[in-house]
Amino acid sequence: MKSDVILLGHGSGGKLSHQLLDDLIIPILSGIATRDQNDAAVLHHDGGRLAFTTDSYVVDPIFFPGGNIGDLAINGTVNDLAMTGARPLAISVGLILEEGLPLADLQTILEAMRGAADRAGVAIVTGDTKVVPRGKGDRIFINTSGIGVFDHPLEIRGSGARPGDKILINGTIGDHGMAVLASREGLALESDIRSDSAPLNGLVAEILAASGGAIHALRDPTRGGVATTLKEIALQSGVDITLRESALPVGEAVAGACAILGLDPLFVANEGKLLAVVAPEAAEEILALMRRRPEGREAAIIGEVGAVSAGKVYMATAIGGRRAIEMLAGEQLPRIC
Amino acid sequence: MKYSAEFRDPVLARGLLEAIAETVAGYRGRMTLMEVCGTHTMAIYQHGIRALLPEAIRLISGPGCPVCVTPVGYVDHAIALARRPGTIIATFGDMVRVPGSSSSLLREKALGADVRIVYSPLDALTLAENNRQQTVVFLGVGFETTAPTVAGSILEARRRKLDNYLVLTAHKTMPTPMAALASDPELQVDGYLCPAHVSAVIGADAYLPLAEKHRVPCVVTGFEPLDVLQGVLMLSRQTVAGEARVENQYRRYVKPDGNPRARAILEEVFSPCDARWRGIGEIAGSGLEIREAFASFDAACQLSVTIEEPVEHGGCLCGEILKGKVTPKECPLFRTLCTPEDPVGACMVSSEGTCAAEYKYGC
Repeated sequence: MKSDVILLGHGSGGKLSHQLLDDLIIPILSGIATRDQNDAAVLHHDGGRLAFTTDSYVVDPIFFPGGNIGDLAINGTVNDLAMTGARPLAISVGLILEEGLPLADLQTILEAMRGAADRAGVAIVTGDTKVVPRGKGDRIFINTSGIGVFDHPLEIRGSGARPGDKILINGTIGDHGMAVLASREGLALESDIRSDSAPLNGLVAEILAASGGAIHALRDPTRGGVATTLKEIALQSGVDITLRESALPVGEAVAGACAILGLDPLFVANEGKLLAVVAPEAAEEILALMRRRPEGREAAIIGEVGAVSAGKVYMATAIGGRRAIEMLAGEQLPRIC
Repeated sequence: MKYSAEFRDPVLARGLLEAIAETVAGYRGRMTLMEVCGTHTMAIYQHGIRALLPEAIRLISGPGCPVCVTPVGYVDHAIALARRPGTIIATFGDMVRVPGSSSSLLREKALGADVRIVYSPLDALTLAENNRQQTVVFLGVGFETTAPTVAGSILEARRRKLDNYLVLTAHKTMPTPMAALASDPELQVDGYLCPAHVSAVIGADAYLPLAEKHRVPCVVTGFEPLDVLQGVLMLSRQTVAGEARVENQYRRYVKPDGNPRARAILEEVFSPCDARWRGIGEIAGSGLEIREAFASFDAACQLSVTIEEPVEHGGCLCGEILKGKVTPKECPLFRTLCTPEDPVGACMVSSEGTCAAEYKYGC
């Protein structure tokens, strides 16, 4: 039965989110086709290009191993800009605070935002603060918007994958989602899993400078995880993609926690990872570049783009089998970012 | 994860596949092997095992996904309880999306019902302790793998004198339905891949009557890909030799007599009863009900609610799929009217359901 009310799954980043966008939000508000959806809009003005994006953060709990809602809100928007190949320039911050939030918590969050902005080299230039009565919010929600500029003429978008391209990732998958989940109340899961929350604009700038023309698509696999993001790229580009299970970097603790909870790390959110679809001849060089940076030390080539198709994603399993990979359906873990 | 890569070794997998191919080389016709457990179904799809096996072996999925075999009437009962003021429904995640006759727990939650997803019945107990003014109803769904922990939670609730913790039970047991399917003339099961975790509780010997009486080979099998391949090899060897024995592939975990302590807790709180299986119907002695002595923890006894008349969706073939008679792709609703985000049948809802597996992993 189709739901007549908003379900948590509509915010999962998976299929329900796409349906909500395609059936209701986009037709009324804008009109861009699904195939053209990217992490940020690219605007043409006065002969130049600007990247513009926005994102809201409702993660629960607000403090988790490896970060808090503050640095997450900066890194997420920086990364959305970077995935179009833009250099993030400036960010706005909207704070929605619940009556009763300890000022000390707010200060910690703001300091994390400032630290993340400094690390990414972006300025926080404007903002807004609202307070809602106790019980009408959940401590703190943050919206950030960002603009970026282009230092090159390259067009990086989700529809850019071509047959023969290699798929790269800059490290282990599933760390953010499992770190948040493991620190939730009521889930006595002791682990040393830390969120991978990090700005990726430095890494993107470096690989674009070194071999810009070879980079056909970039995307950060946040909600919905690597599986959902690759499915989006496959659909937008109209190609098959095959992942190799044995090449996927998954941390031992994340793999263990996923096994216990019946989750698949392929669908778990990341906040400091990018998928790069690159020309095969440049793949090794880009991999080496990634591995020289701290946010890319465990980078790997995890798959290939196959033939032109309707957009199928496959997994070549470790034992030599093959299966399909679909987008996340429903919610795997709500309020992960 | 430690010690899982060892059970996914590609070289060992190739060796087992070659041994299977050799075993069935001279076999006439096709042998049908049924995996009974939903976790096996997932493993078979997830690792792409079906396509690696020789043509002579057909793997079919059976009724071992607890959410899938839970009848619509139970879901309606849970929904009626969720609408009752002052009630918190605590449940494993999969149950919230199962469609009832006219709603689902997920929809009731969006409309304001208090439905909490927990990972253990003991978390539900904590909920009851922290919300003494409300009644917490835990949805007891599952086989012998989960039933002992639910029984344990009832014993613990009694110890802590919690009078606001109740269980609505739809627990089911193995291997009774396997015997029912083995005697179904429409379904020729040549061998059973017996569930791993359930067997850890009931023990490998629990399948002896099935193998003897129904002449079906039974192999208790683990969940890693090499386990499944070895289980298939053992079953195909028995089938080719015309034998029907119980073998235990999963000896690192399952003992002949299982886990007597878990069974004792189970028997203290529950007694066997007849149970309805979605798609299969009533099977005598295949369910568990809360014993008289623990009736004060039985939601069905303690809370009276009006439950709507159960309505099953017309075209849904879940029933036939649960018996292994039909594959998901043969159901007219599959991928059209029935999808994971908008499911019609329980086989599509449960993360271990055959339709969900085919939808998610099928090539």
